[in-house]
Amino acid sequence: MVANFLRAPMNEKKVLKLKAEIHILKDQCKGCGFCIHYCPKKVLEESDEINARGVHPPRVVDEKNCILCSFCTAVCPDFAIFVRGKQCMDGC
Amino acid sequence: MAGAFEHPFAVYLRAAMIPHIWCSGCGNGVILNAFIHALDELRMDLDKFVVVSGIGCIGRTAGYTNVDSFHTTHGRAIPFATGVKLAKPELEVVVISGDGDLFAIGGNHFIHAARRNIGIKVICANNFNYGMTGGQVGPTTPLEALTTTTPYGNVEHPFNLVHLATASGATYVARWTTLHVRMLTMSIKKLLQRKGFSFIEVVSPCPEIYGRRNNMRTGLEMMEWFRKASVIANFSDPAKAEITPEKIVVGEFVDIEKPTYEQLLYGKIAKIVKKE
Repeated sequence: MVANFLRAPMNEKKVLKLKAEIHILKDQCKGCGFCIHYCPKKVLEESDEINARGVHPPRVVDEKNCILCSFCTAVCPDFAIFVRGKQCMDGC
Repeated sequence: MAGAFEHPFAVYLRAAMIPHIWCSGCGNGVILNAFIHALDELRMDLDKFVVVSGIGCIGRTAGYTNVDSFHTTHGRAIPFATGVKLAKPELEVVVISGDGDLFAIGGNHFIHAARRNIGIKVICANNFNYGMTGGQVGPTTPLEALTTTTPYGNVEHPFNLVHLATASGATYVARWTTLHVRMLTMSIKKLLQRKGFSFIEVVSPCPEIYGRRNNMRTGLEMMEWFRKASVIANFSDPAKAEITPEKIVVGEFVDIEKPTYEQLLYGKIAKIVKKE
């Protein structure tokens, strides 16, 4: 019930939200874990696979939760992750 | 690996040199990332841009950025940058170097460059020790910190770099940690748009050399220390901006305007030439 009274923009349903595309360059990653730990929406987690440098690169848990803040891009010391916003044509 | 490298910042980096040699969890990559972020947002003319760096881990930045760059001798990054700036005042000269390079062997060059107000921009990565040579005690090592040459705890008082820069006459002084990437990028953008001598100290994690002797084994643990300890105090007194295990005072400290050395010098030369 409470959710009905929460304030929201009137055109929220009409506006096409950007869809996040998270690109991880796995073999660049050195496994410091900054992107996983400081993601505000906890979109990333450590994967089981081992990359060319012998560490576990991050893996995307749920791309839909990403809010495109790009903090992972900014905090990555190895230029191994970046996020792009994509307008989805099909109304996703 | 160069073919698979498709990061949006790839144009600013030399593909042959990437991936860089810095350790996992090192803050130098974050500083390079913030610097390139600022370059990208400002759309700087890269043909008029020079990066100068000294010796130390962060000294390799000159090799990684895809602009005209100098990798100079130990402690002499600022003299090289001064020469570049005076020969061609239209160039944008940025010095990116470490605390050992800029403040131990190059300490005098720093204070006199700040006193003259030469229009060069200095970004200093402060990792509290001499990381590249094995973790000896340096001019910024906090009291009681353990390093390879102080196994019972450091007994020397450290430099307060922002206070030193302010007292020497720098026109823009700021300190951030590598966790404050957005503020750091904003500060670097401000730095690149200024005329006079500007200085940013970046407190940077060094987990492999400094951290593991001080109960912080990973870069993440050092970043957590920054998150818990840092206090933002913009335009507060830099003399009180201390770095202790409990408190790291960050923020912008000085933002003033002064005539720069190259303006005064070339103005003087023009006056003398006119008289004759």
